[in-house]
Amino acid sequence: MRERGISIWFFIGLSLLVNGILIVSAGVWQIFNPPANPVVLFRLHANVWWGATLLVFGLMYCIKFAPTRQG
Amino acid sequence: MITAAAMYVAPRLVHLSAVDAAIIIFYFALVLTIGFYLQRRANTGEDFFMAGREMTAWIAGLSFLSANLGSLELMGWAASAYQYGILATHWYWIGAIPAMLFLSIVMMPFYYISKTHSVPGYLRLRFGESSRALSAISFAFMTVLMSGINMYSMALVMKVVLGWNINFSIWVSSLTVAAYVALGGLRSAIFNEVLQFILIWAGALLVPILGLIEAGGWSNLKLQIARNASTEYTHLWSTLGSFDNNPMGIHWTGIVFGLGFVISFGYWTTDFLVVQRVLAAQDLRSAKLAPIIGGAFKMLVPFIVILPGLLGLAVLPMKLTGEAMAVATGGHSYNEVLPLMLARYCGPGLLGLGITALIAGFMSGMAGNVSAFTTVWTYDIYRALINPRGSDHHYVNMGRWCTIFGVLISVGTAYLVMQFASIMDYVQALFSFFIAPLFGTVILGMLWKRATGPGGFWGLLVGTLSSIGMWAWVKADHGALRYVALSASARDMAENMYRALWSWIICVLVTVVVSYMTQPKPIGELEGLVYGVTAIPHEAEVPIYQRPSFWAAIVGVAFVVLNILFW
Repeated sequence: MRERGISIWFFIGLSLLVNGILIVSAGVWQIFNPPANPVVLFRLHANVWWGATLLVFGLMYCIKFAPTRQG
Repeated sequence: MITAAAMYVAPRLVHLSAVDAAIIIFYFALVLTIGFYLQRRANTGEDFFMAGREMTAWIAGLSFLSANLGSLELMGWAASAYQYGILATHWYWIGAIPAMLFLSIVMMPFYYISKTHSVPGYLRLRFGESSRALSAISFAFMTVLMSGINMYSMALVMKVVLGWNINFSIWVSSLTVAAYVALGGLRSAIFNEVLQFILIWAGALLVPILGLIEAGGWSNLKLQIARNASTEYTHLWSTLGSFDNNPMGIHWTGIVFGLGFVISFGYWTTDFLVVQRVLAAQDLRSAKLAPIIGGAFKMLVPFIVILPGLLGLAVLPMKLTGEAMAVATGGHSYNEVLPLMLARYCGPGLLGLGITALIAGFMSGMAGNVSAFTTVWTYDIYRALINPRGSDHHYVNMGRWCTIFGVLISVGTAYLVMQFASIMDYVQALFSFFIAPLFGTVILGMLWKRATGPGGFWGLLVGTLSSIGMWAWVKADHGALRYVALSASARDMAENMYRALWSWIICVLVTVVVSYMTQPKPIGELEGLVYGVTAIPHEAEVPIYQRPSFWAAIVGVAFVVLNILFW
């Protein structure tokens, strides 16, 4: 798939990267501004570590399958 | 099944923040961008309808699974897990894995070597025009109707979960799907299905992880389910010795032969909606590996679908009920278990991703229906019966317009269902009429040289009509259930499975009898279509870890181990 145009994996990386940035940002904001009605297990700050995981995978895929690295 | 009553249950389950809205809007922008980007690579019929036959095994495999992983699937089976317990897992394991492996190892060579564009196209090569016309027309008709039902169901879910206007949901989702499939064809549908697959996992995986943390692990979860429901809810096989001993009212013979053999093999090996993705693979080895990759991930889907339903039994403070009860009491229905679990654990951002996963599931299912309809209409109906002498460019244009036309029919169906909710049940039953006999016809065509054209056609027709007849018989006289499903205690799902089994047997018997009464095709005309007269490339020249049979064995062993673990 990579020899002709942008790889699907680049689009997936872009999606994970943008979603990861948005989710981590929301999680960090909530650490400093705790909500009045937190979700269950709020103390685990899932949006920070899950968002960070998506961000890291997204970044890896964006770099590995960047259109500028192809062909 | 999510029905019209669901929309009256609660005003909305969750409230989105600005971050959630941004994630959903970004998703729509990205799928449209992919469609526009791929437009320039969809100029020929091979590009538009078959994605250039250049998909890798991974892309074809993930797309194969994603086309089936609609949100109705996610929400419906999470609801079934809450209602019936772990028995719902059968639809993911025995109801899928053996069939996927069989498609890969036994059937794929014939589909791929024959270079057919579609399953009805294979029937033309093997049995002639009449069999192709029968299966193509029924498939095209049912596919757009199913797409409309899915569309309406998605709009209902968005109304219940987010409070969105039904018209807004129907038109935004349908126009987006129409745009990216009409622009980029099957390649665009497949690219977006892979993206949607990843988003479904990214959005849904956190619920079972956090749920297991809250429940205190699997052992504690089982104890809580035993306390809140019953110990039967966590056993896969041990309660299936009798129709009366399990929450589904089903016997193991129905699960093994009805679901595990006929329904599952019918759907995964002959429904063009899923088979089309594999036909787009770049070579035979990739085409054989794709269903195995899909099967490996299919085995994991219960983790994000069934487990949240089971966790709901343990951790949700309220008792979920059937929809009629939920409407009467103002409570929550089974169908809401997945959104309720999302809202329980997911704060801003994560909630948006979870809702995006649901929307992505709906859109991948809808795009799968529309792209399969477009191919069957253009190649198996329009070119075969209406205009056989058009240019390749003409058929591509027909495909683009057909995509838009198919979406508009789906929208019309969605509004029809909105007015007459019972249509939904009838159409779903209708869809099931065709699957089991079609499997009988295709499998005999592939494995039995003596099967003839008239045998294939009459087997398919009589098998389908017998399925309709059994359905109507039980509708008219509920007492007929003890003959069709072998027990008066059988429930709807059990009836579906036995009906499929009988209609498959009837199809096979009629095909065999008529074939022996008619003239067989010369062996030379069966080359590339039938076992025994087709040269199938051997795998010996590649290392063992690259062989489809090796990976099929690994997935098969994992399937057996999982069933024993949760016995």
